[in-house]
Amino acid sequence: MTDVSLHPNGPSFSACPACDAAPLATHLAARADDGDVVLSLPSVHCASCIADVEGALMAHPQVRQARVNLTLRRVTVDAPGLTAEELIPLVEGAGYEALELDPSALGTSAADRQGRDLLMRMGVAGFAMMNVMILSVAVWSGADAATRDMFHWISGAIALPTVAFAGKPFFVSAWRSLRAGRLGMDVPIALALILASAISVFETMSSGQHAYFDGVVSLCFFLLIGRYLDYRSRAVARSAAAELTALEVPRAFRVNADGDEAVAVADLLPGDLIRVRPGSRIPADGEVVEGQSDIDRSLLTGESLPVAAAPHSLLSAGEVNLTGPLLIRVTAAGRDSSLSRLSALVEAAENARGRYTSLAERASRLYAPVVHLLALVSFIGWFWATGDARLAINIAAAVLIITCPCALGLAVPAVVTTASGRLFRRGLLIKDGTALERMAEVQTVVFDKTGTLTMGTPRLQRIETIPEAHRPVALALAQGSAHPLSMALAKALQDAGTQPARLEQQVEVPGAGVMALWQGQEVRLGRADWVGANAGTGALSSSWLRVGPAEPLRLEFVDQLRPGARDCVAMIEASGRKVVLLSGDTSAAVRDIAERLGIKDWQAEVAPDRKAQIVQELGTDGTAVMMVGDGLNDTAALAAAHVSIAPATALDAARVASDIVLLGHDLAPVADALETARKARTRIKENFAISFAYNIVAVPIALAGFATPLLAALAMSISSITVTLNALRLR
Amino acid sequence: MSILGLLIPVSLAMGGLGLLAFLWSLRNRQYEDPKGDAERILTKEWDERPRP
Repeated sequence: MTDVSLHPNGPSFSACPACDAAPLATHLAARADDGDVVLSLPSVHCASCIADVEGALMAHPQVRQARVNLTLRRVTVDAPGLTAEELIPLVEGAGYEALELDPSALGTSAADRQGRDLLMRMGVAGFAMMNVMILSVAVWSGADAATRDMFHWISGAIALPTVAFAGKPFFVSAWRSLRAGRLGMDVPIALALILASAISVFETMSSGQHAYFDGVVSLCFFLLIGRYLDYRSRAVARSAAAELTALEVPRAFRVNADGDEAVAVADLLPGDLIRVRPGSRIPADGEVVEGQSDIDRSLLTGESLPVAAAPHSLLSAGEVNLTGPLLIRVTAAGRDSSLSRLSALVEAAENARGRYTSLAERASRLYAPVVHLLALVSFIGWFWATGDARLAINIAAAVLIITCPCALGLAVPAVVTTASGRLFRRGLLIKDGTALERMAEVQTVVFDKTGTLTMGTPRLQRIETIPEAHRPVALALAQGSAHPLSMALAKALQDAGTQPARLEQQVEVPGAGVMALWQGQEVRLGRADWVGANAGTGALSSSWLRVGPAEPLRLEFVDQLRPGARDCVAMIEASGRKVVLLSGDTSAAVRDIAERLGIKDWQAEVAPDRKAQIVQELGTDGTAVMMVGDGLNDTAALAAAHVSIAPATALDAARVASDIVLLGHDLAPVADALETARKARTRIKENFAISFAYNIVAVPIALAGFATPLLAALAMSISSITVTLNALRLR
Repeated sequence: MSILGLLIPVSLAMGGLGLLAFLWSLRNRQYEDPKGDAERILTKEWDERPRP
């Protein structure tokens, strides 16, 4: 799962794969070299993309090696002395978007080692199973006496080391749960492996008829497949989530006596002076010392309209500076900042959710005691009836092997892997394994407004309010500012085919607006009081335009809906679930969006902790709540909800608090995900039913003493395959 | 049945060979990028001579 390494590594072998595994895994994990630069390539998708990117990079004389990983959409470049800033233009020159990744934030080496380790054990178990099965076929088809004993001995020689090596994850986990006083799924597995191996050795030594070496090894193999699938779906989600974090390299510009200096945000102290450029995020809480600007607080409070900032205004970390440069004195940084205080709220809410028990846990809680009881009963029953301890132990071991949760171990991972693969293709990233199950229970969906249902970018409502004659002036003024309302105005006018007028002495007054001279007249675009108009009681975001002595014109803006928002809300309501809109924005703006989307249940001006409270209250009557939100003001609510989704544009804190990340712009996959989750839960239940049905048939046979190794192997393979095929129907 | 004395070692050796090949592929990081490898085989770039 980590980056491809680029250094040649000659293969070498030892006679013992087990001795190879651990040092090999450590060795491989340590190989992601420090000198390598890792770039994210969101747009690569085909064979020629690989050749283009690699060719463009290799053309540079200092690049020693470049290798694209298409699965992770990354390229690892070995170029001593070159930095990401120098490499990105090379890739962009070939026509592909490239973004720098912070290698330390990717830090997946430990998890990667675990995956490689599981794959190695799975491979060893698989090969051992094939060889033992070849020998077993001979025994099943009637080999007897010395031939059978010899085949058993050879099988044992292969199976015992394999079980010791490949079964280690089960033994370790069983021991851990026993020490904690629980009976997990792994305790019956470990017991079956040990008991069946011991019985088989004993039977082989006394020339017995049945040895379960084949069953033991195939049990290991099938269960390891389940473990590996489970690991993979988690690892893919984790690496993609880590990538989102790695994309944000947090830096601040501190003002010292001898100029500005770029420092890590973590190193800021209260009292430091920092410079915040227009367009960048404010790194720490502080007070404005110098400069005027407009501040976009939508991620913190949900307000869609920027607010003005002037000296002595208080700003919080996470807000975005829009128009003018600001000099800020830090009042709280790091742990004390408002950002961190919110994340404490999140932790408290998350602990509450940690108590969710998955379907698999509930199944194994029921299952483990029953299996042990059955084996014990069969042992006592047969010992009491025949007085033959060897026969009784044999039958007890057969019961343990037959009931062993092969299919049960595959039932959940196989479904989760296919379902999350399907959702990933639609642009949803599942971060948590149980998120799908929790999502299937959702009855109420709570949406945030700004940045979730809307894009957070305004749109001019009616272009007709501007007279034809003034449009070129308005466009020229609007083009001179980075304020979101100006940008929206400029876009609307350009789309209408307007050409900008020629203006003179154009200046932007941060926090107020833009002014210039047009044909000797003063023209202004900006806030009502600055333009000289009466602000009135307008419901929507507005800006004012005045040309010369004429009466100021009111321009109204509405928030732009996220694509797919209407479909998403309609689909969720059609499926019988309730939709609620909670926003920190003004009630006029929220009502407008609610009416456009047809949401009847909405609340405006909701404070962050109140949001979390409402979400909890909605959940008290037993109905599960799903929260979809992006802002810091949503984080507590995201964590308090039964399951939560955040768009990729959300702040880091919101993404961490949610179970699912929406990668694209379109909101429609959210409604689809609810449907997929419901189907996935049905499949999991079907899978449990299938494995239960196999047990219903096989257990009486085992109890009655008719179980043979052939029957055990057949039951195990067929049930595992049926379960996997059933899961694949989700694709 | 004396042929078994030959066949069993042969089958075990073949199994062992398969296992070694698997370990070798694991060491060469051939499971890192399944999607990329599936696409790379379609390029003609190294058809004439192996990649240096």
